[in-house]
Amino acid sequence: MPCSSASRARAVRWAVAAALLLVGAAAACGGARAATASVRVFAAASLAVPFAELARRFEAEHPELRIELHTAGTPQLVLQLREGAPADVFAAAAPEHMAQVEAMGRLAGAAREFARNHLAIAVAPGNPHGIQGLADLARPGLRVALCGPEVPAGRYARAALAKAAVAVASRSDEPSVVAVVTKVQLGELDAGIVYATDVRGPAVQGIALPREHDQIASYPIAALAKGGAPFGAAAFVVFVTGPVGRAVLQAHGFEVP
Amino acid sequence: MRPLRSLWLGVPAGAAALLFGLPVLGLCLRAPWGELVGLLAQPAVAEALWLSLLSSGGATVLAVALGLPTAAWLASGQSRLRTLVRLLVLLPIVLPPIVGGVALLAAFGRAGVVGGWLAAAGVVLPFTTLATVVAAAYMGMPFFVLGAEAGLRSFDARYGEVAATLGAGPWRRFWTVTIPLVWPSLRTGALLCWARALGEYCATQTFAGNLAGTTRTMPLLCGVAMENDPGRAVALSLILAVVSLVVLFAVRRGLEVGR
Repeated sequence: MPCSSASRARAVRWAVAAALLLVGAAAACGGARAATASVRVFAAASLAVPFAELARRFEAEHPELRIELHTAGTPQLVLQLREGAPADVFAAAAPEHMAQVEAMGRLAGAAREFARNHLAIAVAPGNPHGIQGLADLARPGLRVALCGPEVPAGRYARAALAKAAVAVASRSDEPSVVAVVTKVQLGELDAGIVYATDVRGPAVQGIALPREHDQIASYPIAALAKGGAPFGAAAFVVFVTGPVGRAVLQAHGFEVP
Repeated sequence: MRPLRSLWLGVPAGAAALLFGLPVLGLCLRAPWGELVGLLAQPAVAEALWLSLLSSGGATVLAVALGLPTAAWLASGQSRLRTLVRLLVLLPIVLPPIVGGVALLAAFGRAGVVGGWLAAAGVVLPFTTLATVVAAAYMGMPFFVLGAEAGLRSFDARYGEVAATLGAGPWRRFWTVTIPLVWPSLRTGALLCWARALGEYCATQTFAGNLAGTTRTMPLLCGVAMENDPGRAVALSLILAVVSLVVLFAVRRGLEVGR
């Protein structure tokens, strides 16, 4: 049985351990509070490249602000926002996702459309299968994949196929346009439907859709409420929708309203 | 000898319990418990569960069939070649799974290193159920090989020598002396391999694709659900967790030796 001095020694050890934990936790909190002038931007994956450039240009104009760019599939961003992820600006690949965030009461102001995208058929360079339009995708033996219907690009692709009255058996419901482009590039797929901005590189070729089949993807942006940098957030939204933002987005193949 | 005082074990062990327990608690709080049984009856879920068991089971069989000889060879000595092979076998654990998937495409895909020959032989892996087995085996087998090698290395060779003096040949010694003695390591390695294969997500999605009924295993179905209905994804992951615990428990009991 422990005598009283042994139990006191044990109590001291517990106290020391608890104190160490508290000090550690306090240090961690202090570290997180130090950065105040950063604006966290949540942007759809298809915006990664132009937004990286926009962030650089914005920081050059506003040296007191720093942009923390976080890009992921739009549904994943919505999920993170729903779980309370700290963010100041949200740029989505589809208005539905912006509406979901609005329904959470997270928008600081009205969302506005800042860019538009079109669909394109991604094929290997040189178009070895001679694909001209959506009807060719139904050709037997051709390996085609779309994004899953839960991803905006997959929804748009299915809508375009429905408009063209073409039935395509997707070999796989891919999680993102990046996955489709990668597999076309690797030669695993003969064709896939993605955004026009995804097929600008040399590794894949894009076939534009005729206007009557095409779907317009609309990208909304909004400053978020309860963020850590409300003024920075508003400034970044103005910057993206302003002349510099429009020029950068156009240079990357987006249409601007 | 005084045993370690409970405080020095208790504090870190308690922290570990929080690290592992709180996420499970969080999931349980989010789970739509009322829908759980109904979900199991949905064909898409039953199909994905079946595909998961098929691909992880197939992957474990493949891993043991190829991994046991590999581990026996690795454990049988020291050489540069063995070190190189060991590193290659370890690589899938270190690689980000999406790179693992791209690597599999680059090897066995249509435009891969041996993809042309495979296609000529009538075997096209990507977008097939077999590809889910291959992806799961690639990601899970390292755990079996490492476990089996560690077991085989710690095997006391004198048991084999005694068996040899009693007239047992090398094969008989391996199957009747070595294997029973290293059985716990083999069993643990195989279960770890199976568990990793069951949870496989990214390499499967990249190499095998994501098509309901063909390659959409439970983790992939969870991924799809996460995009539009996180509650459903949580429920699906709990189903997968319960099923895996049941299988692990049953298999462990079934594989006990000497009881």
